Amino acid sequence: MSKEWPLWEIFIRGQHGMSHRHVGSLHAPDEEMAIKNARDVYTRRNEGVSIWVVEAKHIAASSPEEKGPLYEPSNSKVYRHPTFFDIPDEVGHM
Amino acid sequence: MTDQDALFQFLLRMGDNTLVLGHRVSEWCGVSPVLEEDIALANTALDMIGQTQFWLGLAGEVEGKGRSADDLAFLRDVWDFRNVLLVELPNGDFGQTLMRQFLFDAWASTMLGRLMYSSDKRVADIAEKASKEVAYHVERSADTVVGLGDGTPESHAKMQAALDLLYPYVGELFESDAVDAAMVSAGIAPDPASLRDDYDTLIKRVLSEATLNVPASKFTHKGGRTGYMHTEHLGHMLTQMQWLQRAYPGATW
Repeated sequence: MSKEWPLWEIFIRGQHGMSHRHVGSLHAPDEEMAIKNARDVYTRRNEGVSIWVVEAKHIAASSPEEKGPLYEPSNSKVYRHPTFFDIPDEVGHM
Repeated sequence: MTDQDALFQFLLRMGDNTLVLGHRVSEWCGVSPVLEEDIALANTALDMIGQTQFWLGLAGEVEGKGRSADDLAFLRDVWDFRNVLLVELPNGDFGQTLMRQFLFDAWASTMLGRLMYSSDKRVADIAEKASKEVAYHVERSADTVVGLGDGTPESHAKMQAALDLLYPYVGELFESDAVDAAMVSAGIAPDPASLRDDYDTLIKRVLSEATLNVPASKFTHKGGRTGYMHTEHLGHMLTQMQWLQRAYPGATW
């Protein structure tokens, strides 16, 4: 068994933020200590109002080598942006 | 002893506890076993130094001789300190530091909970602010005591040894004297002895979860909070903590 504590990815929702954002990672023996460590490491300058922790091994990630097939096809499809509609002035700011 | 003298002594006891323990805990900065604990301990130390500024700031005000919190922290010698002996003991290993922190946090959270209802609004305000920090400190130190006590055979043995070493210093937190009697009659602070039941309930719950045995003896080392006698460790600590102001009086930056 490894003597290292597992790695946790830390997500913080800021004072005015709507969603949790990834802020970094840290080591902790369990999820409760991961939250406490996250509080001490990442919110000491009053950055947050909510903390999520996820053990890093539970995050599935896309592979950097596949970025061509995954993302390049959408480069040429500008019509997917909703910028081709005329918006009546009465609607105001959207 | 006038009421003002008694209040001054009471405030020194509160402020010197957090000052000395805050400095002790800060000694871990940069050398903790893991980075996360290093930051957590530094946060705890800073919280306690912040509380010290309030307690000793008010002490200086009550004394009325123009001494600031800094003057009281850096320009008094050992025999003028009024902290309990528990907080001046050397850190020992990480487990011993956390055991001492838990034994102190449990007292501080109980004490501050009562001081929030102090008849002196200045005391009540400091207690209210500090109690939020201490609520987190005690949760964290209790979790660590449980984690290490109910951990591996090695960590369990170290935590039991830490408890056996430190428990004979706990009783001083609940000693009462003329200063306390004056605080009780003025409605400023509770009789320390009256906190013992709540304290025992709290630490017994945590220590039993940590599979640790509370020593049976009620013997207690004492003398710190009355100024009768400190351990040999406090003077050594002050030579480090006060060095700069002693070598360069009035230095600022």
